[in-house]
Amino acid sequence: MNKSVYASPDQVSETKRHILTVLVDNEPGVLARVIGMFSGRGYNIDSLNVAEVSNDENISRITIVTHGTSEVVSQIEKQLLRIVPVHSVTNLDREDSSVEAEVALVYIYISENNKKKVYELCDFYRARKIENENNTTIFEIAGASERVNRFIKEINEITKVEIVRSGPVAISSIHKNEEE
Amino acid sequence: MNNEITGAEIVLKSLAEQGVEVVFGYPGGAVLPIYDTLFKQNSIKHVLVRQEGGAIHAAEGYARSTGKTGVVLVTSGPGATNVVTGLTDAMMDSVPVVCITGQVPTHLIGSDAFQECDTTGITRPCTKHNYLVKDVNKLSSVFHEAFTIAQNGRPGPVLIDIPKDVQFAKGTYEEKNKIIIPSHRLFEPSPDYEKSKIEEAVELIAKAKKPIFYIGGGCINSGPKASKLVREFINMVGSPVTMTLMGLGVVGSSDKNSLGMLGMHGMYEANMAMHECDVMINIGARFDDRVTGRLDAFSPNSKKIHIDIDESNINKTINVDVPIIGDVKQVVDKMISIWKEKNYKIETESLKSWWDKINKWKEIDCLNYNNEGKQIKPQYAVQRLYELTKNTKTFITTEVGQHQMWAAQFYKFEEPNRWLTSGGLGTMGYGFPAAIGAQVGNPDALVIDIAGDASILMNIQEMSTAIQYRLPVKIFILNNEYMGMVRQWQELLHGGRYSESYTDSLPDFVKLAESYKAVGLRAKTTDDLDDVITQMIETKNTVIADIWVTKEENCFPMIQSGSAHNEMMLSKDQKQDKKSAEKGKILV
Repeated sequence: MNKSVYASPDQVSETKRHILTVLVDNEPGVLARVIGMFSGRGYNIDSLNVAEVSNDENISRITIVTHGTSEVVSQIEKQLLRIVPVHSVTNLDREDSSVEAEVALVYIYISENNKKKVYELCDFYRARKIENENNTTIFEIAGASERVNRFIKEINEITKVEIVRSGPVAISSIHKNEEE
Repeated sequence: MNNEITGAEIVLKSLAEQGVEVVFGYPGGAVLPIYDTLFKQNSIKHVLVRQEGGAIHAAEGYARSTGKTGVVLVTSGPGATNVVTGLTDAMMDSVPVVCITGQVPTHLIGSDAFQECDTTGITRPCTKHNYLVKDVNKLSSVFHEAFTIAQNGRPGPVLIDIPKDVQFAKGTYEEKNKIIIPSHRLFEPSPDYEKSKIEEAVELIAKAKKPIFYIGGGCINSGPKASKLVREFINMVGSPVTMTLMGLGVVGSSDKNSLGMLGMHGMYEANMAMHECDVMINIGARFDDRVTGRLDAFSPNSKKIHIDIDESNINKTINVDVPIIGDVKQVVDKMISIWKEKNYKIETESLKSWWDKINKWKEIDCLNYNNEGKQIKPQYAVQRLYELTKNTKTFITTEVGQHQMWAAQFYKFEEPNRWLTSGGLGTMGYGFPAAIGAQVGNPDALVIDIAGDASILMNIQEMSTAIQYRLPVKIFILNNEYMGMVRQWQELLHGGRYSESYTDSLPDFVKLAESYKAVGLRAKTTDDLDDVITQMIETKNTVIADIWVTKEENCFPMIQSGSAHNEMMLSKDQKQDKKSAEKGKILV
């Protein structure tokens, strides 16, 4: 059950995080159509990721993390499918087997006092230092969101940082028949 | 290769190949090349409106009355923003419209040029799809795709924004049959689609004791054949049927199975039957809030079958037991053959007692109103209009408000596509331009806009259009000097404080008509009414008939906001309990 002028009678299912992966024609305005559908109908976007994945077919993959009851999320999927350039919508949480990862770049303010601790922590989380011309301490960490969260929490306890995160991308891990 | 033509020529050629006969529009700087090309040809007729908002409603009226796609041509900036209401209206009511807008030249886009606006940005949420065409060689394929998308699946408006330099540029034209539209961009139901669901649905109907069909505008969009099949199936089942505002005409009013319209101002028996049924068969309707009333008390004991071409309508507000995604005529055709094949029949006894119950509800006579005195009751005016026009091929359009509901209640529709009204968006000002469009598409028919005194003023400028093209459209104004529906809600929910709902300083509608060289008529009492209607019908010119009706008449029966189907108000004396009235007040 979704929204209506009238309160819904049986709003029973609980709010959950869902990852939707949307294949779209890479044409002008397609991202605006997707985002506009979310804002126009009052749905949530927790994070969003888009990049072209197939040069020859001109197809982009959008990964959207949203949250809502399963009724709301299934309505989101149907509304996405109404958008003309949308090829397909997959709810990876419904498929129940997927792999997800995200990337964070972390600018770490390092001093002589905290240097050792910082490097130990980065080592532990396998955060990789990125070489750059100014030789500033920027680390890259990739992996599941919870892992990135933990790293950020712990590094924050040591020193000041500046963070950028990609938000998760995800892919189904179900075996697919190659001929299909 | 010298078969290159200009973008403007490609536009006209595409329209011609799509079978377009008429375009509703208004010229301006950014579409001059297209208007120049239009000038040099004779196959496509242009109807010049007096405001772009009129053009899109006219296109909607044309589309809904003929089943063809309506086409609109307007300029950039204000031309484009003026069609936004109509695009939204067409989106809500699923009307196939293609709207062409001019845009400033490509190199000026983004510079805040004169009459520039982000047309595709503004119209993205109110179109099924839209395009900004920057390459003249893509123009013809965009047009052919646009027409297909407008008509395909659940129909709707499509907008094509064309920068002026693209209209001048030369490029190649590609024919319709050379364009391949990838299947993901369209909705293509396969005939065997949902076969097991259809079988399940038919079995459910056969086992029903208290079935009801709930018919919506989707049956009309599916074409005249759909209405024929729906009627046939309902007759086979012997079940009662009710229609939404958009679905009126799918089953004839005089059909023995018809309970008329349901919903907020629907028939008592229709709403009660919806409340008490055990199997509901929704065909092409979308459980709109004007139909369902309070959701937690909506038809609590029924199994629900929902046939819809748009999957997003399934379980949107009401959970259903058997959803079927597909085109009405294909699905119902299949239902009929299964019904025949399996020799299904509803148990006579239970069907009879269901009808007995319904006939008891009918005895309440929910449309009953006090018709004493010489003053014209608005209901009576519509009844007389129906009686005097029922033997003519008549199209009725309406504006939005009380008059719209009285028209829906008291005018009896026997055919689909004869009733044009703004249902989803509720656009005041829709009816008159829509009547113009319907008259353009049906030159020999009688086209009447049942209007209110407030609504008609919203697009009154289209009088010039009607006169210029000699369109004998009739405007039948139920004049109560109020925004009647606003006043009714203020009376029922806001302590009778009629805040800004009195339409002061109305024009003299007779003189207004005459100033346009149309005919103005007036009925002040019931003695004048029949003569005025007869004269209006017989006049071969545009007519405004100003019908003075009782001023504070309310539209009943009514399910007040926040109430359920079995809590209908039949008259003003029957007040809603205070708590639910308070709750209802915050709703629309």
